[in-house]
Amino acid sequence: MGEMKKIKNLKEFSTSADRFEGANLLCPGCAHSIIVREILNATNDDLVLSASTGCLEVCTAVYPYTSWDASWIHIGFENGSTAVAGAEAMHKALKRKGRLKQPDRDVKFVSFAGDGASYDIGFQWISGCMERGHNMMHVVLDNEVYANTGGQRSSSTPIGASATTSPAGRVSYGEKKNKKDMVAIMAAHGIPYSAQVAPNKWKDMVKKIQHGLSVDGPVFINAMSPCTTEWKFDPKDTMMISDLATDSLVFPLYEIIDGHKLNITYRPKNIVPVEEYLAAQGRFKHLFKDEYKHLIKEWQERVDKNWEMLQRREEAGV
Amino acid sequence: MADNTMGWDEFEIGAMLRSFDGPISDVALKPQEERNYSQNNSFTASVADWRIEKPIYNKDYCIDCQFCWIYCPDISIISRDKKMIGVDYDHCKGCGICVEVCPTNPKSLLMYPEQEDEEAAIAAWPEKEEKEK
Repeated sequence: MGEMKKIKNLKEFSTSADRFEGANLLCPGCAHSIIVREILNATNDDLVLSASTGCLEVCTAVYPYTSWDASWIHIGFENGSTAVAGAEAMHKALKRKGRLKQPDRDVKFVSFAGDGASYDIGFQWISGCMERGHNMMHVVLDNEVYANTGGQRSSSTPIGASATTSPAGRVSYGEKKNKKDMVAIMAAHGIPYSAQVAPNKWKDMVKKIQHGLSVDGPVFINAMSPCTTEWKFDPKDTMMISDLATDSLVFPLYEIIDGHKLNITYRPKNIVPVEEYLAAQGRFKHLFKDEYKHLIKEWQERVDKNWEMLQRREEAGV
Repeated sequence: MADNTMGWDEFEIGAMLRSFDGPISDVALKPQEERNYSQNNSFTASVADWRIEKPIYNKDYCIDCQFCWIYCPDISIISRDKKMIGVDYDHCKGCGICVEVCPTNPKSLLMYPEQEDEEAAIAAWPEKEEKEK
């Protein structure tokens, strides 16, 4: 161990032995477990994992069962990241004092949290982990809503989405504020690596995760996770929605190195209109009524502007 | 420990759920059938009763692309030595993603009602679809 697992193609990847188990209670078609599997299978090293309160945590640790074949801890809504940071600090100290039984084994520290636990509730804790420079990775499973508690809005919910605390109806078109740019905020801590990933682009995901696990210092990963229950689409369409999200550039895939150098890692051959992405989901259904149709145009403009900004930043190379 | 009849006040405080009977080391290199699961691992449980439809696998058309393996949310596509072997019906929730991502023509996986007989379904597998010109 110690060196990176070689994954050239999907056939080779499929020889991985999963460390995440079935019969967890995530919804059928949930992208969370697809993302978790892709991340855990990207390495053969020992893992110390945590999950903040959220869908992933409540569904994978239903007493008396666990779905994790690795060290895993859950404490609270806000502090999954700091729990792992603490374990990492302890590991470092024990290693320095020569008290580890197997000092040559590589250990990777990864914390999982939803967008509620990262964008809102655990925000300062994650910021602390990034600032202190722990050798860990924080993964956000970004489904743009508090899906576990019944679909309340979070600061990741995009404009126009209908959530239970920002419902669309006669007087409102749903969520009124735009999504927080968490990758940029975390990159601004000057961390060595931050990236946005999507489950349908597994190769891009594995490459980013392997790079993230090999660098020294904190790593932030924002993973788009389509939610069948709250985005309101058929469970079988999870990958179709992911494709629409990445190809319409609503979720552009990019990485930021050392807090400033931006690389775009996926350029769709055919860019899909944002309208198709919106039309595929029940949470945006009301936008197609006459009175809210202008919002679709605004969506497209916002996505175009963001893509333009990313391209300019990549070109500038600073 | 895996006792579902325990009341809320009978749970152990800060319980540690052990995935395996014995050491956890090098589990990343062991396929599931060689692992020493404890009864606290959800692998020993089943969610088969969630399903209304199940995917049936027809190996005649399969090209072992492994799209179903990577995109299965429930670790229910069993692949060994780069070959697709079958579906794990204890853990499959019947979401249908595997059928959607299957690239062959006709598809190597199709959704059928839960009570459908596997051999009968494979015998009556749909023909190759001609592309519209």
